[in-house]
Amino acid sequence: MKTENNKGWFFVLPVLILVAFNALIPMMTVVNYSVQETFGDNVFFWQGLDWFEQILRSDRFHAALGRQFLFTFLILIIEIPLGIAIALAMPRKGFWVPVCLVTMALPMLIPWNVVGAMWNIFTLPDIGLLGYFFNHVLGIEYNMTQSPLAAWMTIVTMDVWHWTSLVVLLAYAGLVSIPDAYYQAAKIDGASNWSVFRYIQLPKMKNVLTIAILLRFMDSFNIYTEPFVLTGGGPGNSTTLLSIDLVKIALGQFDLGPAAAMSLIYFAITLLVSWLFYTLMTKDDLN
Amino acid sequence: MAKITLSKLRHSYYPNPSSPSDYALKEIDLDWSDGGAYALLGPSGCGKSTLLNIISGLLVPSEGRILFDGQDVTELTPDKRNIAQVFQFPVIYDTMTVYDNLAFPLRNRGRDEETVRARVMAIAEMLEVTDMLDQKAAGLSPDNKQKISMGRGLVREDVNVVMFDEPLTVIDPHLKWKLRSKLKELHQRVKATMIYVTHDQTEALTFADQVVVMQDGEVVQIGTPVELFERPAHTFVGHFIGSPGMNVLPCEVQGGQALLAGQAVPLEGAITGTPSGKTEIGVRPEFVTIGDAGLAATVTKVSDLGRHMVVECDLAGARVNAVVNGSAPDKGGTVHLSFRPDQTRLYVDGWIATQAQEAAA
Amino acid sequence: MALELRQVTKRVGGDLHIKPVSLTLETGHFNVLLGATGSGKTSLIKLMAGLDPIADGSVMMDGTDVTKLSTQKRKISLVHQFFINYPHMTVRENIASPLKVAGMAKSELEGRVEEAASLLQLGPMLDRRPHELSGGQQQRCALARAIAKESRAVFLDEPLANLDYKLREELRAQLPELFAGRGAVVVYATSEPEEALMLGGETALMDDGRVTQFGTTADIYRNPENVQAAAVFSDPPINTAPVVKQGDQVMLNAGVSWSVSGAAAGLSDGDYTIAIRPHHVLPVATDHTQVRMSGRVQVTELTGSESSAHFEMGQGSWVSLSHGVHPYEVGALHEFHMNPSECYFFAPDGTRVA
Repeated sequence: MKTENNKGWFFVLPVLILVAFNALIPMMTVVNYSVQETFGDNVFFWQGLDWFEQILRSDRFHAALGRQFLFTFLILIIEIPLGIAIALAMPRKGFWVPVCLVTMALPMLIPWNVVGAMWNIFTLPDIGLLGYFFNHVLGIEYNMTQSPLAAWMTIVTMDVWHWTSLVVLLAYAGLVSIPDAYYQAAKIDGASNWSVFRYIQLPKMKNVLTIAILLRFMDSFNIYTEPFVLTGGGPGNSTTLLSIDLVKIALGQFDLGPAAAMSLIYFAITLLVSWLFYTLMTKDDLN
Repeated sequence: MAKITLSKLRHSYYPNPSSPSDYALKEIDLDWSDGGAYALLGPSGCGKSTLLNIISGLLVPSEGRILFDGQDVTELTPDKRNIAQVFQFPVIYDTMTVYDNLAFPLRNRGRDEETVRARVMAIAEMLEVTDMLDQKAAGLSPDNKQKISMGRGLVREDVNVVMFDEPLTVIDPHLKWKLRSKLKELHQRVKATMIYVTHDQTEALTFADQVVVMQDGEVVQIGTPVELFERPAHTFVGHFIGSPGMNVLPCEVQGGQALLAGQAVPLEGAITGTPSGKTEIGVRPEFVTIGDAGLAATVTKVSDLGRHMVVECDLAGARVNAVVNGSAPDKGGTVHLSFRPDQTRLYVDGWIATQAQEAAA
Repeated sequence: MALELRQVTKRVGGDLHIKPVSLTLETGHFNVLLGATGSGKTSLIKLMAGLDPIADGSVMMDGTDVTKLSTQKRKISLVHQFFINYPHMTVRENIASPLKVAGMAKSELEGRVEEAASLLQLGPMLDRRPHELSGGQQQRCALARAIAKESRAVFLDEPLANLDYKLREELRAQLPELFAGRGAVVVYATSEPEEALMLGGETALMDDGRVTQFGTTADIYRNPENVQAAAVFSDPPINTAPVVKQGDQVMLNAGVSWSVSGAAAGLSDGDYTIAIRPHHVLPVATDHTQVRMSGRVQVTELTGSESSAHFEMGQGSWVSLSHGVHPYEVGALHEFHMNPSECYFFAPDGTRVA
């Protein structure tokens, strides 16, 4: 006698429909554009993989992709260690715990375009608090509309300010789940603070850190709003990240075909790197 | 290894304790000799964990001193006391192999790899984990993980004391006795001072040469397993050790005799002092005989435990258990109970109040 | 009320985790499932409760087939090894929750809750929340919920395993009285032989996903049908050893032999396995012990009222269990005395022959 039935699938149906509307259908539209040429009026010409070839060979794409990787690399290399360090420094018990947590969470609650606008004003050389401080108090020339280095430092700092909290909160959640007995045992075993970090805290944080790195990678790799509002991709093309370039092509130049091809390549890279991260970081657990 | 002395130790979790009930640990004076196996036994909340934390240095007592070999360590932190501790839940370093786990306490103290190797191999052999040395510790079963935790405690040759805090809690019942006997064997081989904290009488009695029984923050008896079983100094010890526990029956004392339901009950010896307060007779179920003569009681329950029967009787409102070999009386029937005099004692306010029989008896 | 299993099996992947089990469990006494960890007790309870699908066979309650009935509709209670209570509710609300779900009138409900609480001495704690209770009180709360609810079957899956030793003893003595006269079939899973004996009633011995013997608890303790049943129902483990019977003599290894009497005398000559319970192997001679053996003591255990010694004799490992606290010297040669009339004899295939 078999008591199983298949009614359970009905529960999943709404999600399937949602995913279809949310991802599959827009995606198919993009695929559709990426292999055709249109001049409006709903007239399409078959292009095959021409757009893909063109994008992959273009120096402009390579430069934007390079900048994108540099940006992501910088923010990961800063945010992850910084986030862990702050989490380690936070109190585990007592009155200050909620205070710290709320303070930490605040930047994440601010909408992205507001963050961009805030930092834009903050860094204005003549009236912005930071800009004025650098130029007039410290006497260091700082103007991100003119200096690519200043622009880069600003977008990286802004992202670190905005998103390190996420890493902190995830790492903190991992830390507080470690039973006291582990710390006591380590003390008794004569372990140094570094050993405690290396052999207890880091292994126990590993799962949440995997999530943190993945989230920060995907988010930073696809970042658009904040740098766009802050620098608009300039000065010159110095902060034109992949997403900004994509919008320029799609909306600025209305080259829908190449833009579609580019977004698919973009998507494929994101997926591939995420998968790589995930596999590398979890490969120990498999055996 | 070291001799451990607890001197006038008291602890309260309140900042300004006023009454005795504010103390989680009432005054304790103890001497534990070098290389002994000791157990702290008591129900949860009796203060045994508080005492353990004070010895390990995780807690500084409100009053009193702790001495290791005569040296005051009361204020020292755990890492300065040179002790080892095995916790309720196995603590292992997941990312290390079993070998590295065992080597960790030695490497942290800068021992050369040759010494480390010799010690680790010796301990692994004792624990029968030699074939797992190259495995990642994370993949082990709970009992093997706990063995590794124990191994890390034993691997250092210079520890003052090794402490076990209910180490068999997460071990499958069918593996418990193996680890229990392993521990006993380990103690005989390494000769370290060991303190074992538990609420389980079997674990305590099996492991320890000397058991400290605690109740409500107080030490009620310190003795060998035989002493605790044969002559409990307090009704709590009689009740807590043994199953079923000792029968404790309210009685009256008149003219140097204990009266139960109006009849005099022969005791092991003369009553000490002049009893005032709650007086009770204590006798273990093993020493209650059902026969033709003695105190009349009604059988309320008979449990057939296979190797013997436990007969529960009502004697003038008090419950008496008797262990019976062979056939048992029927439930509801009237029986006559007699107590073996040399195993029958008077307790006043819980504390023993009869003189011990001379060895000749 | 009766709960009947007819050729029930459970399959996980391609393997049978529960091999065909047929049992009729009655009300009025405890039905104990006794077996080692992993022998299938919890799996069988889940099948009875409808928490896991049955691969084959059927579950009957009072003669009606409930195999396809969902757990919610079977009117059952389950108390687990871990103390499971609703953390946000008081003890009172916890006990009342199944009654509320069943739509019981408030006046009746309050009476029931009070009654169950007083049976389990939870009266003063009714307005506390589970986290303010000790482990024993939390488990009493879970038990009170099972008692208050009108169930046709109550499943207790090692409910005392996580409690302090003495508390376990007290609750174990109370449990049969608590459920007496409630009309529910009570099923109690445990891995401890001692616990089965204390609870009495009927016991089903479980080994590797099958029931090896079922009957009155003390009865199957005294009359195991096969080697597995004898082994499952013994703590410390029962002593087993190969013997050769020749004429009226039974020979154990290491030159120990005795003349047979009783049922074993009628056996034909040949190889057998004997099993003898540890409490029939004693450190001192008595009127009943006719066989003397000596062995090297390996391990001793003191359980409070009794002492056991594991000793090595010949090729085998033996256990002796005796009253009182006797410290043995580990590693020393010690004499033990056996009462041979207490030996069970098993044929080479494991079935009991005498």
